[in-house]
This record gives sequence, structure tokens and C-alpha cells, in this order.
Amino acid sequence: MTAAATTTDPHHIGHDGQPLAAMRKDGPASKRIVVGYGFWIFLLSDIIMFAAFFATYAVLVGATDGGPGPHDLFDIRNAGIETVLLLSSSFTCSLASIAAGVRNKLWFYLAMAATCLFGMGFLALELKESFDLVARGAGPSRSAFLSAFFTLVGCHGLHVTAGVLWLLTMMAQVFAKGFRADIQRRILCFALFWHALDIIWVALFTSVYLMGMVT
Amino acid sequence: MTEVGGDTREVAPGEADADGGSVKRDVGVALIGLMLAALLTATSFYLVGSDLVWAPSIPVALVVLAVAQMGVHLVFFLHLTSGPDNTNNVMALAFGVLIVLLLFGGSLWIMGHLNHNMMPMDRTMQMQH
Repeated sequence: MTAAATTTDPHHIGHDGQPLAAMRKDGPASKRIVVGYGFWIFLLSDIIMFAAFFATYAVLVGATDGGPGPHDLFDIRNAGIETVLLLSSSFTCSLASIAAGVRNKLWFYLAMAATCLFGMGFLALELKESFDLVARGAGPSRSAFLSAFFTLVGCHGLHVTAGVLWLLTMMAQVFAKGFRADIQRRILCFALFWHALDIIWVALFTSVYLMGMVT
Repeated sequence: MTEVGGDTREVAPGEADADGGSVKRDVGVALIGLMLAALLTATSFYLVGSDLVWAPSIPVALVVLAVAQMGVHLVFFLHLTSGPDNTNNVMALAFGVLIVLLLFGGSLWIMGHLNHNMMPMDRTMQMQH
């Protein structure tokens, strides 16, 4: 680093200052970085939407209208199995990203198929839980608490459903078009989406299921 | 690697280093993430059913464990780093966390005060007649 560079642009903000152009050879960020950043912004906005649903749930958790509360309804074992499934799917999704990085189709398909199975197992358990609750008279119209619960968990479930569809699409695209640069970027976005869903599930099982057992 | 101009070399969140020789290391990173996340999850679920810690402190412990696990996911699965390529992502995350805290904390705060200050329901009913 030369003295001229530090005085002109100490924080390396500009790209076209003379000393900087001489010093930095990388130029503007690559498409992959820009795409990842843009999708990250979308994910953060999605997380903010979930924060609104979490706030709704936390405000309404006591509004049971004389009906069943969290303690009577939630099965912690079910939530535990769902968590294991989603965490495993996050790991296999990482493996799929690594396989895509080295263009290994077999491992990519295997890891994506495993991710898909874990995701669908999660969805099956979540659907079963919802139908059980409705059958026991604890549907979303029973109380404000249950409305908030079904909104929050259902919204996460819809995201997982969309993720499974996207996952299958990515497998088909790799099959049809191979590991092209644009396909790689889509795989990157899918991986970000899937891992973000797991982060939201961490918040969900903690604040809904575990807190429901404690308080 | 025939990719255009080292495009895949740079690291964005969620991206595994596209360097062929580092597969082992990348799988190792994912494995460490999986182990840490599983450990934190197991601790959370265990705490709820046990009397290992003082009962009123369990909610706080659960929140701490959840935040830690989110950090693990961000670092090991989304590959958020402190590197120069990730500065923008980290700044966006910081802003996102600020908004989430304002939204969540603010809602609870306001609604708590509203509930506290509201007249009890039976007296509201009496006044309507």
C-alpha cells in the first residue's frame, strides 16, 4: 500500500481513483457476488416479515379465549423430529453446494434428493400436526392465539414448500443445462434460501414450542 | 475450471469455495456446523424437560442458545465471513437485525402497555349498558 493511496482513499471506497486503480486489480464485484448480495437483501426482507408474524404470535399467545393454550396442544417430540429433519436437510444442502462447486453431478443429485426427502418429511409432520389440531377443535378460528400460531407456522411451511419446488427445479435445470454459470448462481440463491428457512425454524421452535412448554 | 475469469473464486454467502482441492475442507466446515447446531438444539430441547437449571432462567437460556445457533448457521452454512467480499452482506444483516429488534421488541412493548392500561373487560361491558 503506497502513501498516495492511503491519503486519497483511506477506506477504499472509490474504484476509479488513480492510485486505487493501480493498487486494486479486481475491479467491480463479480456477478456471483452481486447476485448473492441481492438475494441476501430479499432474504432479510423476508426475515423482517417473519419478525412481524413472530411479534403477532408473542402478543397473542395469551389470548386463548378460554380454549387450549400452548401447553395443552404442542407435542415437543414432534417438533424435535421436525428440527432434526430440517437441520439434516441444511447439511445435505451444503453438500449439494459443494458438489455443484466442483461440478460433480452424481453427488449433487444425491445431496439434493436427500435435501428434498428431509424437506418433505418435515412438511408431512407439519401437515399432520395441523390436521390433528383442527380435528381436536383447535383450528385457526378457535382463538387469536391459534390464528397467530397457524399464520406463523403455516407461513414457514409455505416457504419450505416453495423451497422443495425450487429444489426440484434446480435438479431439472442441472440435468438439462449442466453447471452453467447462471445455473450456479441459481443454486447459490437456492442454498441461501434453504439455510435462511432453517434459521427461521430455529427461532420458531424456540419461541413457539419450547417457550410454550416452559411458560 | 472453464468458468469466466475466476468468477467462482470469490466467496459470497452460501457459496462453497469453488476450488477443487478444498472439497474436504468444505465438507469439514459443514460437518462442524452440523455438530454445533445439533449440540445447541439438543441442549435447548433437553433444558425444557429437565430441572438442571433454575426454572425461571430457562427462557433466557433458550433465547441465548437460539441466538448462538443462528450465528452458527450464518457462519457455517451461509458462509458469512468478515472478508472484504462480505462487508456489504454483514452491513445488510446488521440493518436487518436492527429492524427485526425494533419490530419485535416495539410490538411487545407497546402491546404490553396497552393491555396494562386497558380497563378490565367486565367493567367495559358494564359501561356499555
